[in-house]
Amino acid sequence: MKIIKILIISLFCFFINNLSLAKNPSSLIIELVDEASNVLSSSDPVESKIIKLNDIAERSVDINGIGMYALGKYRKAISDDQKTKYKKLFKSYFLKSFSSRLVDYTDPKINVVSQRKINEKYTIVNSELEATAKRPKIKIDWRIYTKNPEKPLIRDLIVEGLSLARTQKEEFNSIIQNNDGDISALFKSLEEFLIK
Amino acid sequence: MKRVLSFILIILISQLQIVNFAVAGEDGTLALNENNKSEREIKDCFEKLNRGIFTFNQGLDKVLFKPLAKGYRALPKPVRSGTGNVLNNITNIVTIPNNILQGNITEAGINSLRLIINTTLGIFGIFDVAEYYGIKKLEKEDYGQTLGHWGVNEGCYIVLPVLGPSTVRDTVGSLANFVGGDAWYNITVAKDTQYFSEADYYLSRIGSGVDFRAKNLEAFDSLEKNSLDLYASVKSLYLQDRERKIKNIDEATETMNDDDWEELESENK
Repeated sequence: MKIIKILIISLFCFFINNLSLAKNPSSLIIELVDEASNVLSSSDPVESKIIKLNDIAERSVDINGIGMYALGKYRKAISDDQKTKYKKLFKSYFLKSFSSRLVDYTDPKINVVSQRKINEKYTIVNSELEATAKRPKIKIDWRIYTKNPEKPLIRDLIVEGLSLARTQKEEFNSIIQNNDGDISALFKSLEEFLIK
Repeated sequence: MKRVLSFILIILISQLQIVNFAVAGEDGTLALNENNKSEREIKDCFEKLNRGIFTFNQGLDKVLFKPLAKGYRALPKPVRSGTGNVLNNITNIVTIPNNILQGNITEAGINSLRLIINTTLGIFGIFDVAEYYGIKKLEKEDYGQTLGHWGVNEGCYIVLPVLGPSTVRDTVGSLANFVGGDAWYNITVAKDTQYFSEADYYLSRIGSGVDFRAKNLEAFDSLEKNSLDLYASVKSLYLQDRERKIKNIDEATETMNDDDWEELESENK
């Protein structure tokens, strides 16, 4: 009887523990937006802002996953060495374009509106970037990878219905395709972007 | 002029047919894939020419549309929103027949009501009075979207001089505007009335372009700065946008294909 009691208490503790560790995808976006907003509205120099934004991205975005998705059908055709080189290049490319896109905003106001679980692995968080005098309100949906509920990661940004990951994939595929399927052409383009 | 238009129309329609048959012939699973929200590859049959026209359009944008958009952006907000409202109101003239052609009678009614209220009480559409009365603005519709709704495939991707990205289907659809499908074109260009002239039509078209460009100045700059192949990015964004509009869905995820993500899962297992 004592054993059963201990077992029940242990199971209960395990359950509670798991519950507290699981992170709500909406909370991830709210935290990310708050953190990014604080960085962008600070008086830090641009270089410091970029370092902080990159740190946020590395913690909340599945950069490797997006990189492999962006390769599309060519993912299966590359060697392990090429894969290692690509992952490194893609990460640098992603972080550079991520911070350069954001750094122009001084204080973006994003409100999380709702979230919808697609399946065990994905949840879509719907949000809105508030309108300013220059541009209208923008709908932004976040595709969150929730396979590990303790560490949900962003895999795609869908701006007004347009998927950035899909755009990236079609762009990369166009570069490879126009160079007779040679992936080194993509490496070259990525390297050129990084030294720009 | 009519002869030239007919010739272009015949060429484009024959293109559409050829491409549809070719795609269906190549891949028998196409219909199934479409139902599974798969990303169907749209052929870029004239890529070299398209890239050339794209570069030309980019140049034109740099010297004409972008400066105009920047100037427009400098106008006071009420002037910009009034102009945007007028231009939006005019698009209802094409949206309403397309609502009907797609069998969306309720939407046609709502848009007709909006057009009447905003043209009269809203002074030619300057003020969105309909919105004030709770009649919300709906998505625009055009003849290309109607063809897509009827199941006509896109055909090849094409870039039109000045007008930008399109597909054979969307171009064929837009020709309907010049053969009676656009009442605004009919009263301005086709049948010159005492109230409107040709200039009104072209001004409204240019105005729509500038208004759109002004609303997207930063987004375009960012895309330009961060793209490795801008042509491919614009093509992808255009085709995604059309797909979403044709399916008339607000939820982006409904148009998304999960195949590649799913494959990634199994590779990582």
